[in-house]
Amino acid sequence: MKRVDAMRAIYAELEAEGRVVVTIMGAVAAELQGLGHRANFFYLQHAMGIASSVGLGIALCRPELKVIVLDGDGSVLMNLGGLTTLARYRPRNLVHVVFDNESLLSVGGFPTATSTGTDLAAIAKGAGVPRTAMARTPDEFTTAFAEALRADDLTTLVAKVEAVGPAAFVTDLSLLENRYQFQRHLQSLKHGA
Amino acid sequence: MPVSVTSSRIIYDALKGVGVRVVSALPETWLVHLIRMAEDDPEMTLVRLAKEEEGVGISAGAHFAGVKSAMLMQNHGFLASVNGIVSCAQLYRIPLLMLISARGEFGERDPWQTEGGLVTTHVLDALRIPTDRLDAGDQVAKRIAKAQTLAHSASRPVALLLGRDLMWEDA
Repeated sequence: MKRVDAMRAIYAELEAEGRVVVTIMGAVAAELQGLGHRANFFYLQHAMGIASSVGLGIALCRPELKVIVLDGDGSVLMNLGGLTTLARYRPRNLVHVVFDNESLLSVGGFPTATSTGTDLAAIAKGAGVPRTAMARTPDEFTTAFAEALRADDLTTLVAKVEAVGPAAFVTDLSLLENRYQFQRHLQSLKHGA
Repeated sequence: MPVSVTSSRIIYDALKGVGVRVVSALPETWLVHLIRMAEDDPEMTLVRLAKEEEGVGISAGAHFAGVKSAMLMQNHGFLASVNGIVSCAQLYRIPLLMLISARGEFGERDPWQTEGGLVTTHVLDALRIPTDRLDAGDQVAKRIAKAQTLAHSASRPVALLLGRDLMWEDA
């Protein structure tokens, strides 16, 4: 399964009203922008490990919204403790997707520990995340993602994907433009709530 | 435990007074009362962290969501948060109100706190984080309000160092 195909399969859910998407840097951000940037997408283009913390902060403050965090194996491995914080507060409006390509693709493809057996779904389960799943095919992924949205409980969904990415990681969307557009979008949703 | 309940209450009330409704924290001795106050307050969302850097993300998310927040941590927790501060809060211009217990200064008895005490203000300066101190109860409300004002007007992290004279009541 290619990550971009997995994201394409759930893109309609990501851009739907009342959804908020927080991604990590690198291929995930570039590929999602390639599918089409939306005002409800925020790309944390650095600070590896705390995309799920940003999602948790939003989810706790805005329970009426559904927050989807698009994380990666390299980022999660930098902040395994963040899984315990997620589980502790158990935001029922957060779906935590981890694209696991078993490598640090954007810096040259060095293998991460998931390439030698580390199981991030099992770690999430052990951290106390109430719903965890592992998907290896597009069908498994879209089914598990739809279930996670319906479940109304915190889910960590690990999607095993190929270690391939876009030709370029830098896009023409400025970081601050994205950040302020995203914040204004959340404010507009608040006013409309 | 000679951590000052009186000073903790003054700090907590000041945070409430400036509209803080999310507090992220990692426990340390000087912060125990403050964290308990946040926990006991139904108007406050307390996020207990595994590592302080997560608090940068929590505050960023709260800010996007339109909620004012503060981070409670020890200076060693600040040192552990530096990449999050640089690569999230500063890169993305997120206002952060950081209350940092200044361990390792004069009067410190714990040897393990002393090295961090030597470098904290230098790291804050290197990161160009505006910093003030809270050493007496009558400074607290005004300085917290001013710090938060600058954090939001500049869209940047600011720090208040909680001093021993404020937080600790020696016999």
